[in-house]
Amino acid sequence: MSASPSYGARPWTFYVLATLFTLFVIFLYGPMISVLVLSFQGPSGSLVFPLREPSLMWFQELFSPRRTGDVAGAFGRSLPLALLVMLMTVLISVTAGFAFRRRFRGSTVIFYMAIASLIVPGLVLSIGTLVTFRYLGLSASWITSGLGAHLSWALPFGLLIMFAVLGRLNPAYEEAAYDLGASRWRTVKDVVVPIVFPGMIAVALFGFTLSYDEFPRSWLTVGTKNTLPLEIWTMTTNVTSPALYALGTVTTIVSFLVIALALSAILLIQRRRSTGK
Amino acid sequence: MTPSSTNRSGWAAYLQVAPLTLVLICFFAVPVALVVIVSFFRYQMLVGIVPTFTVKNYVDLFTNPTTWTLYASTLKFTLIVLVVTFVLGFWIAYFLVFHIRNLVTAIGLFLVCTVPFWTSNIIRMISWRPVLGREGLINSALQNAGITSQPIDWLLYSDFSVVVAYVHLFTLFMIVPIFNSMARIDKALLEAAIDAGASRFGVIWEVVLPLSKTGIALGALFVVTLVMGDFFVVTVMSGGLSGSATSGIFNDLQFLNYPRAAANAVILLITVLLIAAGIFRLVDVRKELVR
Repeated sequence: MSASPSYGARPWTFYVLATLFTLFVIFLYGPMISVLVLSFQGPSGSLVFPLREPSLMWFQELFSPRRTGDVAGAFGRSLPLALLVMLMTVLISVTAGFAFRRRFRGSTVIFYMAIASLIVPGLVLSIGTLVTFRYLGLSASWITSGLGAHLSWALPFGLLIMFAVLGRLNPAYEEAAYDLGASRWRTVKDVVVPIVFPGMIAVALFGFTLSYDEFPRSWLTVGTKNTLPLEIWTMTTNVTSPALYALGTVTTIVSFLVIALALSAILLIQRRRSTGK
Repeated sequence: MTPSSTNRSGWAAYLQVAPLTLVLICFFAVPVALVVIVSFFRYQMLVGIVPTFTVKNYVDLFTNPTTWTLYASTLKFTLIVLVVTFVLGFWIAYFLVFHIRNLVTAIGLFLVCTVPFWTSNIIRMISWRPVLGREGLINSALQNAGITSQPIDWLLYSDFSVVVAYVHLFTLFMIVPIFNSMARIDKALLEAAIDAGASRFGVIWEVVLPLSKTGIALGALFVVTLVMGDFFVVTVMSGGLSGSATSGIFNDLQFLNYPRAAANAVILLITVLLIAAGIFRLVDVRKELVR
């Protein structure tokens, strides 16, 4: 039996760790799957198993006007907000990532400010943003203070991903392109972007999900109209029907659609690149 | 550094970093500075924030035993969750990087670990209710199997369920950075260590662990700040029985006592920053990241 993990027969640790991994995956997905199943609970079903007379009634209930909450409206705010945060995170953190490839005066301060922005408790930032807006005489709203609060958390994440991505972009590639007579634009288009692109998709996914699911930073900053996580939070305290699970299922499906879109974008572009030229 | 950019690097870098800096100043630096300022203001019923300097908010908090209980409880959870997520994260990352021989399989399994991150935290937290509750899956399984005759109460709405939810939500934040660090380790190093006579655990202890310390540090940073800053998981999963450092902030806000909420926030912020500074002292994260 070889002690080296890279070749030879599988050491016994493989089986131990494989078991650990499997248990972890069950731990990760088990509860979520039970919620997905229970959201199809019938009229006589409760919040726990068994599933009785499977139906779609809780999904209808979710969007029915009889409900006090505003689920449809919350979706209508959370989706555009998340898409906006996604777009801005890609643009801003990608350009900033390039700046950090060189040492410039103040880079350390900006770096630590980004890290601090990442680790400051969301609730603290929520209070701060609300107080700031109050002193400026502005009222908090999801598209202004909410957007800013989300960016303060999505941008540092995007920046960290860009560090990992740009670490793989050897400046020698760009130099080689220049030496071979490529223009600046051509170098960016044919050398830099192809290497950085998968990372940009990762940044986009992060930007979207960090905004779409963010709770503490949204809490005081979205103003009077709730975004989706706040709506879910309200429901957890006053809704005791499987409608809550139905909402969980719907938000999860939206998240998965976004992941699927992002991944197919990567696949499509890579296929086009490999067959194109 | 690209040849043509050397002479322009001066202003180009500033231009590139300007939008980031602007957002960070407007939505991080200014709000945090204001929280610090307001924490020294006076609170008056019906009036709200009165801009006169006072340290009363801090004196109130430090002399209130509840503050200490809440911080002790938060630190307890932080420590437990840190240990559990580190052990899980380290071994799962190790398994994926060094035991899975096919790169595509490794990335596939890695993605399996990350997918739940893209779904709502609140939903993932609530999803433990039908599993851990009195009539939940675990209790009915135990009773059907005849292991217990009564449902076990401490599974849900207890410290146990709080830790379960934290581990469920935050282990990913350990796995990803550790995986990233480990993936960069040259496998030839491990073979060299084995050829030099190291045992399998010797390799892990002497080679893999030191070389993944950036990832561990980043993961610890995430987990510590997420748990310390949490209010919602601990409230929901303990059924309101346990509090966290942020519970105090939450209560003050309900009474619109912004100055004391701000003072509480400043204490929390300083605690988190001290822990972060400790982690940064152990590992120069920046040097490892930007290279």
